[in-house]
Amino acid sequence: MNRKLAPLVATLTALAMVSAAGCSGSDDDPGSGTTGGKVELTYWSWAPNMDKVAAAWNAANPDIQVTVNKQDGGDPAVTKLLTAIKAGSGAPDIMQAEYQKIPTLVSADAIADIATEVGSLKDKFPESAWNGVTLGSEAVYGVPQDSGPLLFYYRADVFDRLKITPPKTWDEYAEAARKIRRANPKQHLGTFSATDPGWFAGLAQQAGASWWGVNGQSWTVAIDDEATRKVAGYWGGLVQEGVIDNKPMYTPEWNAALNDGTQVGWVSAVWGPGVLEGNAKDTKGKWKVAPLPQWDAARPATGNWGGSATSVTTQSKHKKQAAKFIAWLNSDPAALKLLVSDVNVYPSAKEATSTALTSPPAFFANQADFYQIAEEASKIANPFTYGPNVNVTYSAYSDAFAKAAEARNAAAFTAALSTMQKTTVDDMKNVGFTVTG
Amino acid sequence: MSLVTATVPAPVEATRRPRRQRHSAAATVLLLLGAAYCLLPVLWVLVASSKSAAELFSTFTFAPSTHLWDNVVQLSGYRDGLFWRWMGNTALYAGVGAFASTLISAMAGFALAKYTFPGKNLIFNLILAGVLVPGVILAIPQYLLLAKVEMTNTYWAVLLPSMISPYGIYLCRIFAAAAVPGEILESARVDGAGDWRTFGQVALPMMRTGLVTVFLFQFVAIWNNFMLPYIMLGDDRLYPITVGLNGLLNQGASQPAMYTSVVTGALLSIVPLVLLFLSLQRYWQVDLAAGAVKA
Repeated sequence: MNRKLAPLVATLTALAMVSAAGCSGSDDDPGSGTTGGKVELTYWSWAPNMDKVAAAWNAANPDIQVTVNKQDGGDPAVTKLLTAIKAGSGAPDIMQAEYQKIPTLVSADAIADIATEVGSLKDKFPESAWNGVTLGSEAVYGVPQDSGPLLFYYRADVFDRLKITPPKTWDEYAEAARKIRRANPKQHLGTFSATDPGWFAGLAQQAGASWWGVNGQSWTVAIDDEATRKVAGYWGGLVQEGVIDNKPMYTPEWNAALNDGTQVGWVSAVWGPGVLEGNAKDTKGKWKVAPLPQWDAARPATGNWGGSATSVTTQSKHKKQAAKFIAWLNSDPAALKLLVSDVNVYPSAKEATSTALTSPPAFFANQADFYQIAEEASKIANPFTYGPNVNVTYSAYSDAFAKAAEARNAAAFTAALSTMQKTTVDDMKNVGFTVTG
Repeated sequence: MSLVTATVPAPVEATRRPRRQRHSAAATVLLLLGAAYCLLPVLWVLVASSKSAAELFSTFTFAPSTHLWDNVVQLSGYRDGLFWRWMGNTALYAGVGAFASTLISAMAGFALAKYTFPGKNLIFNLILAGVLVPGVILAIPQYLLLAKVEMTNTYWAVLLPSMISPYGIYLCRIFAAAAVPGEILESARVDGAGDWRTFGQVALPMMRTGLVTVFLFQFVAIWNNFMLPYIMLGDDRLYPITVGLNGLLNQGASQPAMYTSVVTGALLSIVPLVLLFLSLQRYWQVDLAAGAVKA
């Protein structure tokens, strides 16, 4: 029976695949016909309470009604968007897009250039954020929404008791990690997370790396470069020494470690308080924030982890109205206030610090200068270019570094970079990009 | 000597008695292990959903706590009770989908079993081939097809593909062939019943136990389905419970994952399934027994 049916099944499968391929070729552009009267826009975002911000807009703009469809986080949303773009329908008008996904979305023709529709917003944003949506070109692929400059969170009570000052350099960080370990062998100052490539990319960014680059018509890939090797070697050394944990973040164990005080520091981004509040409720009032430790204290820099822009998709029939909404959402003082109070993000817009970020996050009520420290950090983010296949690079990171962290072997950390480099370049060449260097 | 004679019969007795009662220690242990394998995760969900977020991963795994109600309240409070809407969506997808699928399967299976028409074998073989293709593989092609008619991100996007179940049709054909005697159909026709009446009033009642099986299979399959709604839906107000709970776990790096809510949600989501199985168990058993005799 099975043998008889086998060819039939094969034919069916082939048919299914052909129809899938056939559909993906036919991108019918609906054209941006603008009609007078009321338009309805859908907006995909995974930020909590974004519907409340949209409700404020809807109340004031009866002609442009925005419906928020909450998504399951950045990766699933992008996958869905790309599927919808290939299928020719089903994409929203407006899309939250993480900075590292923008090159992918642009090369898939998923998000539209809205340079003429949004007008001049450039001056309202820090240069690094604006570069993230223009990719260094004349086009504008979105409006920056939030940024995630890296900071250093630590348990002030533990640091005080052991008479440690917040580390200003990575050498001091290593020293602090050793002291904490000696004082209590159960405690760690931090962990090296093999499941958070964005975190590692931010640390490499701080050290001066830019993993991709555009050179005329071709791409350059520099993951296995000197700066990133320095970062990988440093963390590999700490893990090998045993002063830093090797477990991934965002696991139940990690949550518990933050809450019960076995992890007393966290290299994270400006949105960290929300996570701490959710995972480590019992430690309220014990945390403080400091600038990220530096490689060279004389030339301070930081990287970004997370952050996203708001883009208009190529399937939207109302680009002009959509652009109007996202410009309001990300630069109007009233919207910025809502973004801070309800959505809990750190807006990219420069104006946010003076209008919306006037008091520290609730979990850090004891630190009045929280947002001053964050603002200083956001000014010194190093330039960093993302490539069109960040997903491939990131999964290569997870694979290679999981093994290295498990082995607690510093040499394996730097070796993992060459795996990432090779996987990334091979994939880009495979897809048809020209890669030099 | 007396010792030997006294001890010899004993082992004989000992080995004979269990054989008479048909006890096998090995089989019992194996079955107990199997039961533990199936029930321990359920027990874990039950215990874990009674713990608060702080206790979840810090207290002993199987030590229950007292926060079940708090967790239910917290879950119900998430975005104005979205969880219960997911529950309702799942009930809609599974209820309507399984009902429609059972009806279609019954009609198709009855026709394939009792009618003769050209191409019958080809159609049946195609359906059999469909049984061999996992539904997961079809999710993307189905998405692309529904995108053509702009029906993605609607209730129909999940309902329509759920309505056709090759396995259900296959089962119904087998069942109609075994449970509905041709003579009865003939006498119905002689008495002047049309095709619809024959099917609806004669064949359908005879196939009832088999249809319950198909309904349950399909209901559980849709209830647990993840891939299809995950791909089809972009609006979380249309999500079934599987996709919704998955979303609670994947909030992105800047949000804490809601473990307690997800565990509690998982517990609540299996309650209707348990109730359904308990209430339809009677048919289910009859059917399994009937199948065993007739196969």
